[in-house]
Amino acid sequence: MSATESGLPGDWEMVVGLEVHCELSTATKLFCGCPNHFGSEPNTNVCPVCLGLPGSLPVLNAAAVTYAMRLGRALHCEVRPSVFARKNYFYPDMPKDYQVSQYDQPTNVDGWLELPDGTRVGIERAHIEEDTGKSTHVGGGGRIHEAGYSLVDYNRAGVPLVEIVGRPDLRTSEQARQYVAELRAIILAVDVSDAKMEEGSMRVDANVSVRRPGEPFGTRCEIKNLNSLRSLGRAIDYEARRQIALLEAGDRVVQQTRHWDEADGRTHTLRSKEEAEDYRYFAEPDLVPLDPTADEVAAIDDALPALPAERRHRLAEASGTTPATAAIAVERGLDVLALAAIDAGGPPERVLTHVEHNLGAEATTLAPAAFARLVQMETGGELTATQAKQVLAEMVETGAAPDEIAAARGFEAMDTGALEALVDEAIAADPAAWEKYQAGDDKVAGAFVGYAMKATRGQADGKAFTALLRARAGR
Amino acid sequence: MTTAVEIAAAVRAGERTAREVLDEHLAAIDAREPELHAFNLVTADEARATADAVDAARAAGHDLGPLAGVPVALKDNLCTRGVPTTCSSRILDGWRPPYDATVVERLAAAGAVVVGKTNLDEFAMGSSTENSAFGPTRNPHDPSRVPGGSSGGSAAAVAAGFAPLSLGSDTGGSIRQPAALCGVVGVKPTYGTVSRYGLVAFASSLDQIGPFATTVEDAALLLEVIGGHDPLDSTSIPQPVGDLRGQLGRGVEGLRVGVVRELTGEGIAPDVARRVREAADALAAAGAHVTESSVPAAVYGLSAYYLIAPAEASSNLARYDGVRYGLRVDAGNTPDMNEATRTEGFGDEVKRRIMLGTYALSAGYYDAYYGKAQRVRTLIIRDFAAAYEDVDVLLSPTSPTTAFAFGDKTADPLTMYLNDVCTIPSNLAGDPAVSVPFGTGDDGLPVGVQVMAPALQEGTMLRVAAALEASR
Amino acid sequence: MPDPISRDDVAHVADLARLRLTDDELDHFTEQLAAVLDHARDVEGLDVADVPPTAHPYELTNVLRPDEVRPTLDRDEVLAEAPAAEAGQFRVPPVLGEAP
Repeated sequence: MSATESGLPGDWEMVVGLEVHCELSTATKLFCGCPNHFGSEPNTNVCPVCLGLPGSLPVLNAAAVTYAMRLGRALHCEVRPSVFARKNYFYPDMPKDYQVSQYDQPTNVDGWLELPDGTRVGIERAHIEEDTGKSTHVGGGGRIHEAGYSLVDYNRAGVPLVEIVGRPDLRTSEQARQYVAELRAIILAVDVSDAKMEEGSMRVDANVSVRRPGEPFGTRCEIKNLNSLRSLGRAIDYEARRQIALLEAGDRVVQQTRHWDEADGRTHTLRSKEEAEDYRYFAEPDLVPLDPTADEVAAIDDALPALPAERRHRLAEASGTTPATAAIAVERGLDVLALAAIDAGGPPERVLTHVEHNLGAEATTLAPAAFARLVQMETGGELTATQAKQVLAEMVETGAAPDEIAAARGFEAMDTGALEALVDEAIAADPAAWEKYQAGDDKVAGAFVGYAMKATRGQADGKAFTALLRARAGR
Repeated sequence: MTTAVEIAAAVRAGERTAREVLDEHLAAIDAREPELHAFNLVTADEARATADAVDAARAAGHDLGPLAGVPVALKDNLCTRGVPTTCSSRILDGWRPPYDATVVERLAAAGAVVVGKTNLDEFAMGSSTENSAFGPTRNPHDPSRVPGGSSGGSAAAVAAGFAPLSLGSDTGGSIRQPAALCGVVGVKPTYGTVSRYGLVAFASSLDQIGPFATTVEDAALLLEVIGGHDPLDSTSIPQPVGDLRGQLGRGVEGLRVGVVRELTGEGIAPDVARRVREAADALAAAGAHVTESSVPAAVYGLSAYYLIAPAEASSNLARYDGVRYGLRVDAGNTPDMNEATRTEGFGDEVKRRIMLGTYALSAGYYDAYYGKAQRVRTLIIRDFAAAYEDVDVLLSPTSPTTAFAFGDKTADPLTMYLNDVCTIPSNLAGDPAVSVPFGTGDDGLPVGVQVMAPALQEGTMLRVAAALEASR
Repeated sequence: MPDPISRDDVAHVADLARLRLTDDELDHFTEQLAAVLDHARDVEGLDVADVPPTAHPYELTNVLRPDEVRPTLDRDEVLAEAPAAEAGQFRVPPVLGEAP
């Protein structure tokens, strides 16, 4: 993608890598049997383990591991033996004042995902860790720095997360948005999370730097608090421009963690990396290593559903289009229907057009053979485009066959004789227009077609009518 | 003094009531506890209720369990539901856990009667119980001397007859060393044999709960009750401890016993070293093949331990921050409140180890300290494994000296740490070890001999301990 | 082995560990920690580069529990232990900033 397409000034290019936290939708937390449930009364889903009470010990949730591996494999990662570590830092919403997370030996490493436009984005790792509790800041308008005090709810503490660390392969904010959308689609496809950015079950941090193409990576800043795709795009664009302005003014970019403020549309300094914490990672002695067998990984692979990129490719191939064109059908989950319809003899291009424009997610109930038959009727001239659309809508609603619906509605293709008669009628109705048309004025053609449609209550085939009209005028 | 085995048998047979047994022990506590301070808390009322429930269960014809009516004292770092659990630290003063440790649940199921929570070095860090925020425990054999530590209260409670059994925790010798100094039996089981769930953590990869008793048989009985797999502890070994008592009478005929060269020479008091030699002779007389063994890396145990244990402790003790339970010292913001709370709540030894561990893990030092210590740990494990190719058990002193006087070693932490030189290697290796009383030193105070064995060989180890006990 | 621990190192780790030390304590602890670390220098001569580290004395792997809900604690009981509570939550003085 060129710098011009990126919308950045000059020949600057942005380099973006995303870290996405995804809460796994297990029944219980990562290390204890407390319900993993969003929206409960504060501090009701807690026990000695997730409260970090003295003497309590973690025991790993088998489902969380399976979910993490399923996501990892869907991201083409290698599943490796792994070890949990403690990341030590003080913060009141973290009950033990350390976070248990996979550090130097994560479960999933070295994968990738493919954007609809075909760009492959590397995944460095997808590791398992526990979530923290949630703090509410009271007073000072709820702003953290001005609050009078804070309240802590540990319901979320210990909820299983997978952190997907993407490589810095993204070059525009649009690509970044597509990456998150694609990741979300994959997460939903493998059914490991509801991945709701607005509820915080999917959270995105962006590492942004700028450079001129071909130069080494610039100094990056990490942006936090991106809780919608819109914020993500805006924040990245803002941050890239901020860095470019600094560099063009002869300043340097300082490595920082920054906070996106949706209200004022800017990023703000949270802290510089120079004052970064020393996390003192070490292997969590209360847990033992994970070492999934090849059979376990194979079982996960076998159970994986077809993933969005694969589905786009399959449909593109079947329909003779590009994966990007096939993306909408896949997004709506109608690719299976489209493929089956094509397989049943439906002309691919027209099948895709209907899927894209005339069908919603509820259309998955449609019988592929019936859908194929409808498209054949249309391309065979038995139905006009308008009629086909109406019949299709009724097929989705009632499940009736297209031939029956067409017959019931009286959608029968007019024979050429009837159409000829209609042309005569239309010319007779407006001889002045006919003269103009004969003289080469195409604008009046619409008036004749309109007449024909009105006269037949929309049942005439507009294309065929126009062809006859042109022939009659000797053009 | 009546043993736990005898008490349980009498209560089960209806010859004595649990209540009578308890009252006798409460009377002993009343008589000497003010002098010894073995307990942080005596739970007399709860104990009476438990004893009465045991008696009622017997009257109703229920099976009473192997510890029916046996009074047991718990180190005050074991969580007891609704009963204060302090770790002898101001930072947890008054905290009432909302749950019981697994061992506490197992004691209850076995019909035991918990009589109280015993004193310890704060968070089990120490070798003399002088680091308790609530004052030291005194040695029942000589109240001017320390009982050892960190489970000094549990050792003293058994030695003083306050309870026939108690539980301690052993991270670097905290059961065996006070057992030696107080003249009782103390067992550190194989790492993973006894669930750590509900034991307030000091150093997670080293901590093990274990029994104190007046006899090897009693210790074996208690270990049978508390041991075995617990799904709440991921490091719990998924197999039962089996019948330990049944192995005690088998003698040591044909067993191979190695006296550890590296743990019997320099730094060991001559009177203690002499008792170890006599113990070896006694085993030889009983038919064991006694040789000298070498565990070369054992000499590095102390160095590795004082990097690994503080490192884990620095993380385990981060949670005492004034937010959720225990002490809070108010301040204008949370970081200052955390700092004020920890500064006031922790004693010097705990602070020292937290700082040492923080340093060993911090950026730039991890490889040189923590990382290297973990590799040395591997060497020690290998050396033990090599030694066990030739012998069944290893023999050494438990403590380099008999009980020392208060204040003798508090000025210099390193001198205090050297107390653990013989006990630490088993913790690093994860292997079981027992201290069994074997005579006295020149000062007339008890000497303990340590028997070490490969992982999960508690049966063989206790057989040897029983033979030593019988030879006296 | 790195240089002996300095007074600044001790001040730094005290800060990381959220402990406040007086000047006297700083001197005192620096001396004591240096002595312990100096003792640890006896492992300096050991070549352990090819020796793997041991994190657990007894090797277990894949210890997992089923994803089944277990009883939670009673909130009142939990908050009764809290130094300060409000509206069913733990109350703390201003936290000053986001988590790192």
